This record gives sequence, structure tokens and C-alpha cells, in this order.
Amino acid sequence: MEETKGEGFHPGTAQELEAVIKWAAAERTPLEVIGHGSKRKWGRAVQSAHTLRVSGITGIIDYDPAELVLTVKAGTPLQEVNELLKQHNQELPFEPADLSAVLGTTPSQSGTIGGVLATNLSGPRRLKAGAARDHVLGLEAVSGRGEIFKAGGRVVKNVTGYDLSRGFCSSWGTLAVATSFSLKVLPRAAKECTLVLWGLTAQEASGAMSEAMGSSAEVSSAAHLPQGIGSLAHHNSATLLRLEGIAVSIDYRLEKLRRILARFTSQDVLDKQNSKNIWVNLRDLSPFVGAKNPLWKVSVSPTAGHKVIAELEKRFAIRWMADWAGGLIWIEMQGNEPHDVPLRRIIADNGGGHATLLRASAELRASIDVFQQQPEALRGITRRLKAQFDPHSVLNPGRMYASI
Amino acid sequence: MAAIAMPKSSQETLAKREKIVADLQKIVPGEGVICNEIEMRPYETDALTAYRQLPLVVVLPESVDQVSRVLKYCYDNDVKVVPRGAGTSLSGGALPLEDGVLLSMMKFNRILEIDFENRAVVTQPGVTNLGITKAVEYEGFYYAPDPSSQIACSIGGNIAENSGGVHSLKYGLTTNNLLGLEIVLITGEVIRLGGKHLDCEGYDLLALLTGSEGLLAVVTEVTVRVLQKPETARAALIGFPTSEQAGKCVADIIAAGIIPGGMELMDKLAISAAEDFVNAGYPLDVDALMIVELDGPEAEVDDLLQRVSTIAEQNGSSYLRVSQSEEERNTFWAGRKAAFPAVGRISPDYLCMDGTIPRAALPQVLQDMQELSKKHGLRVANVFHAGDGNLHPLILYDANKPGELAAAEAFGADILRLCVRVGGVLTGEHGVGIEKRDLMPEMFTEDDLKQQQRIKCAFDEKQLLNPGKVFPVLHRCAELGIMHVHQGQLPFPDIPRF
Repeated sequence: MEETKGEGFHPGTAQELEAVIKWAAAERTPLEVIGHGSKRKWGRAVQSAHTLRVSGITGIIDYDPAELVLTVKAGTPLQEVNELLKQHNQELPFEPADLSAVLGTTPSQSGTIGGVLATNLSGPRRLKAGAARDHVLGLEAVSGRGEIFKAGGRVVKNVTGYDLSRGFCSSWGTLAVATSFSLKVLPRAAKECTLVLWGLTAQEASGAMSEAMGSSAEVSSAAHLPQGIGSLAHHNSATLLRLEGIAVSIDYRLEKLRRILARFTSQDVLDKQNSKNIWVNLRDLSPFVGAKNPLWKVSVSPTAGHKVIAELEKRFAIRWMADWAGGLIWIEMQGNEPHDVPLRRIIADNGGGHATLLRASAELRASIDVFQQQPEALRGITRRLKAQFDPHSVLNPGRMYASI
Repeated sequence: MAAIAMPKSSQETLAKREKIVADLQKIVPGEGVICNEIEMRPYETDALTAYRQLPLVVVLPESVDQVSRVLKYCYDNDVKVVPRGAGTSLSGGALPLEDGVLLSMMKFNRILEIDFENRAVVTQPGVTNLGITKAVEYEGFYYAPDPSSQIACSIGGNIAENSGGVHSLKYGLTTNNLLGLEIVLITGEVIRLGGKHLDCEGYDLLALLTGSEGLLAVVTEVTVRVLQKPETARAALIGFPTSEQAGKCVADIIAAGIIPGGMELMDKLAISAAEDFVNAGYPLDVDALMIVELDGPEAEVDDLLQRVSTIAEQNGSSYLRVSQSEEERNTFWAGRKAAFPAVGRISPDYLCMDGTIPRAALPQVLQDMQELSKKHGLRVANVFHAGDGNLHPLILYDANKPGELAAAEAFGADILRLCVRVGGVLTGEHGVGIEKRDLMPEMFTEDDLKQQQRIKCAFDEKQLLNPGKVFPVLHRCAELGIMHVHQGQLPFPDIPRF
């Protein structure tokens, strides 16, 4: 069991959650909102008197595979959701990661669906299938004022009112605490394989991934492991291109992809199980498990990724890998000093994007901006949204930015 | 004109009209400010033509700086603003206000950057949806969301409405294909969100802005993802003796793990109207006609078409034709795409509804709709984005017959209530606007609507941007801020604690 502060609230229903938040708002007393606590070491630490654990609000509300829609309570374990969908040959297309190993958390379980959506956590297939938030159709939640509300619905096409259900993803539980979500799910691919290009430089890999994504081969994930990152790339860098679908289609597209990238002569194909395994490894950031060094999540335009890496390598000792065709780079800094300022400078100089500190010591997380500071006008919107939904700052205050 | 209550006009603004026009002319010189009645006429309505209103003045800025200064001026002087793209809204989203500036973004008509390597296009908001595809198709790319009005509608308007189209089942809506925005707040502040990278940090403002119907900010720049066109696309026309069988077939195709590029249904009245209009070769002896399009590599498309045909047979299909050429595929679609004007030929007027329902409820809803048709004494033709469960019932009426418009509107409201009752929503892609505004409480509680308005208050506290749209009751932001809490007592002593 994770550390619990003050009164440990463990509501089992939306009404009980409402009562807790109403009380906290009236008392002006902050709550740290957690599910399993698997991502507790990511983001800023919350200054709170009490812990509000929502893992008790759990269970499947409605699932009709033919509708491709799953309605689930927010505290339901991700694992349970994945297993249920697998029984019906479906899945969450955005393949959310299990970060507990890389974060070194030892939660009782590996995360709730609410935690996945609160952080908009998406894996390698995000490149083609979209992010976690893209699959949210509706939600029910309790705001920081203690008001129960719903937004969206259970259908895929819906423009009735503002899109609060997507909008509240990636708000880290600082605006409202969700009690249930309706999610779009999809059939699992019948088959998958991964084309490996060996020995490419970061720049060559960027070009190859861009070409693959710009073709009609329908690549669903594209990543690059520099030499020495993970066992696959132990001796040689590996550029990975995943194809999924029915067998005839994969055979054809693989052939096409190999033709397009024929100039890279050292190629291999990982078949179904090996392909699945490597993408799970990448998804869960296995190459960075075990170390304690600061780990950054960097999102840039795909072709800028290798330039950012080149600049960083001139100045720092780093270990890294690229996902999302080069648009997502995981960077492990050697040494515990803060690198936020030069890192963000380099990103800004290369077309922009952002750097989020995923893993670091408590001291480092407390001393630098885990999330990038926003420009003034944008910061104004962020503050006003917080003030509208959680005027007394009782939900996860300080989780994202100072006082937010 | 039908009656829908709009916010009370500000007499003060109306009295100051001349000064406001003169001040705006200083910001947008030359022909960018239109204030005479004849030239303002084209702006008095959008594609919901039952409602008309001349604006206070029309302004057509051509730079971000001008947009910013116009908005700041309106903010400082408490003048309402109605943003407008191409004016193709079907829900009255761009209906002007008597005391409001109509801000047309159609001079923002340039594509700024095409980046094939990152599969992104940066464009101004006045460029048409189809214009983006036209700009990238020479390299085999296209922009996926394809609303029927794509030849005319602007990408800025698509952001405001979160537009879909026949291919959204497989390729998503606007919100799923948007990477970045530049917006101007009513205060004149300019904010950039996202870019060519994926997943903005911080609150997901792209999600909140997409589908916000011009109530939160004015969009001045858009970055969208473009995709490589599928190698092959083939369509099948499948006829069924009953709508129930067709509805079941839709569900079975999805349940089999097949996600078609598009999956549309038409009922008997829509089929015959479309066939009379464009001679698409539709069978006339079926009660429901499905168009299924599969796209991807040829081998995959052939395989999936075979499986779809088998599922259709199992559901009792009585007609099947698969397109053998690109020309034939386009002919299949021609009838569907012309369904609205085709229905327009068999009735003096029609009202187009836009609810979405869970697919499983389709047979039930079709049956109930026939009951409603009898009750209101009006005919209804149905075309659906069946894969998405998005219905477009077209209610046939004659505005010249006293009482028929009111009857049609009552029928439409009943259909939308039916959609909500079976677990669906009021609008799938046309927006709430003024048309469905007063039906919002059918779907949302007062607390639900309050949360929506809190978003509004965070962006536009004075509620100057497009007031009167989407929300039936405008709460003042200060009024929404009041909290009713019972101080001090510990909640539910029986809540489990650790």
C-alpha cells in the first residue's frame, strides 16, 4: 500500500466522492487524488493534507463489442480493461503504457483507466491510431466544487456542447475527478510484423521513418533504438516499422515497404510474437528501467527529433530512443543536475514542442519545472480554468504547475 | 421566420453604431468594413436559412493583428462578435446579431506551409476543406475529414463545428486530425497551441476549442495532419428487404472486426428520390440500401469485400453490386451525396436533423420514427452515416402551408428526444447553434450545462463571443461562481477510509 496522508478517503461511488470533495472545498483542504498510485512519481508532488484514492470506484458499466464502445468506472484497473477487451478480440488502440517499472513505483496494481486518461498516456501506436484522448467519447466526473456532471456520450460522433470529455484528459486530476468514461475501442489486428533496418544513424532513421509514414504502407508504429539501447539494438542500432492487419494485406505492405527502403540493405522482419514483444518493451520504456537518472519525455515535430538529439549529444551524456517516427524522444540524462533550461532552449530552436520530466529524484522534481512554463496568455487560460472548476484548489494542487 | 429568442440587443451599442463603424474602419481600412444594408445582406444567414438577421456591421480583417485589435476594441466597448467562416453551418452557428459585429475570416485564404516529411499542413482558417486536399494531392496526400459541404466550408468553420463526414468512422473527426491552432481571445491576446508535434502539454485546449462553435476564441491559423491516400477504394451497394436487416448487417460488419472507410444507409424514400435525381442505378425494390466502402491495398479490399458480402447474405440481402471501376464507385456515391437536394425535389421544404444513436438502436429508432411520422402527419426520408450511428432524417414539409413548419420542428424535436432516450445525442456533426439550443436540457442536467459554461467563462467572461448559440440560458459568470456548501462537517462517516 502506498503512503497515505491525513484522512485517507476511499469512496466507492460517485455520491461518496461528491461528499468528500464538497467537504474538502468547504474546509479549503487539499486532496491528493490517486488511483493505484502507479504514476505518483511522475509530475510535481502535491502539497496535500489528505489522500483521495479513487480505485474503489471500479467496474465495467457497459460493454457491447458490436458497438465498439466500453463504459467503465474510472478506478477500474487497466489490466482488467485490457483482459476484458482481449476476450472479445478488441483492444484500446492507443496501447497505454505500464510505467510502474520505469518510475520505480511498487503499486499494488499497475494503474487505473482513470490514471491513463488523466495523463493522456499513449503508446507507440499513437502515431496512427491517435492518443488516449482521441478515444474518449464521454465522461462523468465530480468537479472541485463537488458538482457531479457528465459530458459527451456513448456514441462516436457527437458535437453536443463543448468537448469536456477529451478536454479533461491530460488535466492530471486538477479540474475534476472522473468517475466513469465511455471509450471507443477497436478490433485487434489479426496479424502484425515489424521490419527492422539495422545500423542507421539517427538522421538516416528519421528520413526512413518519414518516408515510411508518407507511403501508403500504413505503418502503425515507427521507432529508432540507437546502438546499446535495449537487447535488440545491443550490437547495432535498430529502426523499427510495425505493420498490422490481415495477412494478405501485411504481406503486400511489407513487400512495398522493403522496396521503398531498399537502399538500407541490412533488413530483418520480426514475426508476430517478437514484434509484439518489442513494442511492449518500447511502450513500457524497458531500456530505461532500473536506472535512477532523470528521464525526459520530449515531443517535437518528427523530423526535428534527430536534430534535438544531435545538439544534446554535443553538450551532455545521454541515453535515448525515438518513437512516433521521431516525434517522441525519451532522453535519459546522465547525472542529476537540472537540464531543463538547455533542453527546452534546444527544442524551441528546432521548431518547438515540449519537454516533460518523467522520472527524477524528489529533490529534482521539486526544484525545476516538470511541465514547461506556459506563455502568459496561455497561463491565464490555465489559471482561469482551474479557478472555474476547482476554485479552492482542493484537487491535486501543484501537480502540474505551481498552485495548479 | 421561425421564432427563437436571441439575447436582448444592447440599445447602447445600437445607438453608437456610427462611431463603432468609424472606429473599426481605423483598424481595418478600405473595403474591410461593410456597413450598408445591401452589401450586408449576404451575411444575414448561414445554411440554416429559416433564420435571418442583419448584423450591426461586417468586418473582414486580413491579418492576425487586425483580428486582435478588432476583438480588443469589442471587448473594451462591450460589443458582441459573431465569427463566421464560409457560412455553411446547418445549425445557425453563424447567424448574426443585430447588435453584434460579424467577423468574417474569409480573407484568411492562404495555405502557409506544406510539410510532407512531417505530414502536416499549416493553413489560414478561410481555406476550404477541399482546398487542403487539392494542395497536397499531387504527392498522393489528402485531408481525411470530408463533410458534404467540403467544396465550400472553411477549415476554420470545421474547427468550430468539429466536422466529420462519410469517412470519419475510420479516419476520425476534425478533432482527431488537428495538430495545432493559433487563436485570438476576445481580449485580443494571441495564443499558439500545439504545432507539428503530437499531444500538447497542459490542459487540452485543442479539444475544448474544436467544436466550440465560435464561442471561445477566433481561429487565425490551423495545423492539420494529412495522410497518404489509400491505394484502392471499392464500394458495394447492398439492398435489403427491411431496414431492420440492414441495421443488423451494419452491427455484424463492425462486430466482425471490419472498419470500413464509409458505411451509409438510405431508406426507401431517400433511395427513390436520389435515383430519380442522379440515376445512380440504385435498386428501387428494396427498403434499405447500404453503401459500404473498403479502402487499402487491393488484396485487403478484395478480401474484406468478400467478407462483407457474406455477412450481408446472412442478413438476408436481396441486392449486391460491387464497383468495378473508379467511375462506378463515384456513381454509387453520387446518389448518396445528392440525397439532400434530391429530397428537396420531392418536397417544397425539408428540415435536416442530425442525431447520433448507438448502432444497436437503429431498427428500433427507424420504427419509432415511422410512428412519429404518422403522429405529425409529415413524411420523413432517412440517410445515415450508419457506421457511426449518425442519423440525418429529412422531414418533408411545405412552408407555405400554415402550421407545417411548426409541425416539422415539433417532429424534429421528437426525433432528437428519441435519440437521447435510446442513449444517443442531439447532434453528431451539424452543431447545436440556435437550432438545437433549446433542446440541450433534454440531454444535460443544469449542473452539466453549468460546467460547459464554466469553460466559456474561462475564455470569455463578458460573454461577447457568439452569444445566444449553444446554451439555452446564459448564466452570468459571477453567478456561476457561487458555491453552495455545507461547511465543516465530515462527509458520510461511513465512506471507507484507509
